Amino acid sequence: MSASLALSLWLQSARLQQQTGAALGSTTAPDSNWTLDLLEWVRTSWLSTKLAGLAGMDQAPALPTWAAAAIGAGIAVGIVIGFVSVVAMFSIWLERRVAGRIQSRIGPNRVGPFGLLQSLADGVKLLLKEDIIPSGADRKLFVLAPALVMASALAMFAAVPMADGAGFTDINLGVLFIVGISALATIGVIMAGWSSNNKWALYGAMREAAQVVSYEVPLGISLLVPVIVGGTLELGAASRLQSGWGGSCWFLFQNPFVLPAFVLYFIAALAENKRAPFDLPESESELVAGFHTEYSGIRFSFFFLEEYAAMFLMSAVGTALFLGGWNFPGIDLLKGGWLIAAQLAVFVVKSMFLVLLMIWIRWTLPRMRVDQVMVMGYKYLTPLSLICVVGASVWEVWAAVPFHERPIWMQLFTPVLVFGVCAVLGAMLRKQAIESAAQPTTRSRIAPRAHAAAH
Amino acid sequence: MASSHPQTTSHSGGTAHSGSAAALPFRPAGSGEYDEDGNLKPKFGRPLAEGEREIVMDVRTQDMEMNMGPQHPSTHGVLRVLLRVDGEVVTQAVPYIGYIHRCAEKIGESVEWIQYLPYTDRYDYLAAMNNNLGYSMAVEKLLGVEIPQRAMYIRTICAELNRIGSHLIAFGTYGLDLGAFTPFFYSFREREWILSIFEKICGARLTYSFIRIGGVFNDAPPGWLEEVEAFCDDFEEKWKEYNDLLSDNLIFVRRTADIGVISKEDALAYGLTGPCLRGSGVKYDLRKDQPYELYSKLEFNVPVGEGKKGQLGDCWDRYDVRMQEMRESVRIIRQCLAGIQEGPVLAKLAAALKVPAGHAYVGIENPRGELGHFVISGGDKKAIRLRVRGPSFCNLSILPKMLPGTMLADSVALIGSIDIVLGEVDR
Repeated sequence: MSASLALSLWLQSARLQQQTGAALGSTTAPDSNWTLDLLEWVRTSWLSTKLAGLAGMDQAPALPTWAAAAIGAGIAVGIVIGFVSVVAMFSIWLERRVAGRIQSRIGPNRVGPFGLLQSLADGVKLLLKEDIIPSGADRKLFVLAPALVMASALAMFAAVPMADGAGFTDINLGVLFIVGISALATIGVIMAGWSSNNKWALYGAMREAAQVVSYEVPLGISLLVPVIVGGTLELGAASRLQSGWGGSCWFLFQNPFVLPAFVLYFIAALAENKRAPFDLPESESELVAGFHTEYSGIRFSFFFLEEYAAMFLMSAVGTALFLGGWNFPGIDLLKGGWLIAAQLAVFVVKSMFLVLLMIWIRWTLPRMRVDQVMVMGYKYLTPLSLICVVGASVWEVWAAVPFHERPIWMQLFTPVLVFGVCAVLGAMLRKQAIESAAQPTTRSRIAPRAHAAAH
Repeated sequence: MASSHPQTTSHSGGTAHSGSAAALPFRPAGSGEYDEDGNLKPKFGRPLAEGEREIVMDVRTQDMEMNMGPQHPSTHGVLRVLLRVDGEVVTQAVPYIGYIHRCAEKIGESVEWIQYLPYTDRYDYLAAMNNNLGYSMAVEKLLGVEIPQRAMYIRTICAELNRIGSHLIAFGTYGLDLGAFTPFFYSFREREWILSIFEKICGARLTYSFIRIGGVFNDAPPGWLEEVEAFCDDFEEKWKEYNDLLSDNLIFVRRTADIGVISKEDALAYGLTGPCLRGSGVKYDLRKDQPYELYSKLEFNVPVGEGKKGQLGDCWDRYDVRMQEMRESVRIIRQCLAGIQEGPVLAKLAAALKVPAGHAYVGIENPRGELGHFVISGGDKKAIRLRVRGPSFCNLSILPKMLPGTMLADSVALIGSIDIVLGEVDR
């Protein structure tokens, strides 16, 4: 409820912002408001006309503007909630299957094909569970916290352009908006920890506060690098700027400082989302379950959904700003609806790849300690991201002209560098794996078995 | 609640000093000095110049009491540790035990010699074979009975397999304590095979009662020894995976090296045994120092902590000793498999066993340290007194000394590195 309310209010303001952005000369033309178009289509459809005829009218009357806007926003909210839920449930399924794969077990495979409906079944189960509010809890905050957390995830989603012109919306300050709204979830988490009246939960909340405040700094600064390269804060416009070279001219290949910035962004996003190795707010071996210790049933599932939605969202922002958004080599060959569908698929697959990386990291690494997390954030990530910003700016100023007008060696420098770094890292890992497998065992030192003859 | 420096004294126009104890990341509360009015005394008090003011910033935090356990994921059972915490730093820790006390020693006085064997399974349920062995050897010492050679080989194989199984749990749950989930599943994959090997020889997977007074319950079924060998081959390959995954992981090393350092002197003073003692650099292993059964004939090393990643006797050293011991156990098993011969597996003893009067103490090297059984017999069917010296119980005693000054996350790492089994602490 609160989530929908927050989102609908926000959508209206976003629409307004977009129009003012267009008036101020934004890089994109304002697309038509498709939710309003949908309402208009319904109004002039055959059924509506027939119904209006029964009432003795020529055509169904047009809704007042405020009502149309509210209904339009409601439709958008429904679509966002649906999309977020599906993405989050898929991510949960992915996490469990990948974890199973990593841990040499199977993972959920009973409900639906490949266990795809497992999350749905779990959701139904959580819905039907008893709703428990601890007796010592601050009831209002306790109830409000999961809604606030969920609202932030949903609102963030609305600003991500998934395909050219087919996003929920596209604001010209998209990056700023996302960084701002993502901090809202923190307030929800602190509320949850505080209101639970549980010391472990309080610990989780305090850790979350410290961690997110620290890591928003490198997160924001590393996001500045693609903003400097592209010259826009608008996610859709940034994606459009990466469509050169037949769809492979990503920001990653435009400036040598984008790759380190991307790595820093990814690490900071892990911390921002409370993912391992930074899952201190809910570290179950220390804090039982951290801030959601006292939550159960559907309220718990809100926290759970939010985590996966935020994971996807951070990956989506990374995709849009570093990995070329919806661009992929050869995608230009498609036309019309196919192009939109392909762009959507490319965007979701790229984001899911980053989600997969997060999952992979979670099931591989141990958890860091509180002070180590802080040291890493302030002593390493923040200065490094600042260096990236300075480096990227210097590179852009030195190059002086837009990317496609630069000399060919300068255009090729970054892709060669990126692939070179990847090749060197891969070779090092391979060497390490081979050396580890070749360690001696005790088998050769012992005489062959004598007991074989006994049986 | 804030875990900031409790006191900061600054001179206007001068540098701000924050007092910090040498080793700790934060200074525990209450370490500053206060005057009679309860105000913090300036740390770097010097005569003030004319017009100079000293501002004392005093953020006093309140300590919080937390019950870690008896239901807590990282206390490895029903241990309850009452923690006094100042922010993230533990200032005091008092372990409370006894939640699953079952009067095992008293039961030992009221059941017959052979009937007590199943009770031994239940003290350190992760190393039941070793418990069986310890009790059987104590009774055998009073009986003066000779154990058949084949039985000794099977006993040694089972005890060492059980040691691997127990260390696997220590390894897996230690990863879990530090937030790494995958090692746990890897270790259980191998442990599962060990349990099925045990199931094939005695029908039980956890509480075996297989090694008994006079030998072992039955002979190895056909193919069993081959399977043990196949397990050894497989395990040594899998063991490398564990190191790749956890031992040398930078985060893991940072979480364990230099954390919970137990000095050699402390380890000896608190009566630690097993990997906890050897992790502190003391080369003491009953299999080498008071060889029993076949161990004097077998070749194996006793791994000790070397302070490879940090100080000698830190959590990483204790962890590493367990990892190395698993390999040594494989070596021992291979030698037993090479030397085992046909023959009987159980000495002939009366059904209603009467043990000659006297007393005997036998200590054996359990996975967690020295498991001692002290039995007094009056020449009857039952013991007069049966006393158990449990390694986990003694190792646990160092917790109140080690925990204060560590951070909350480190305290979990410390408890995990001591590797207690509450079934044996409480008995």
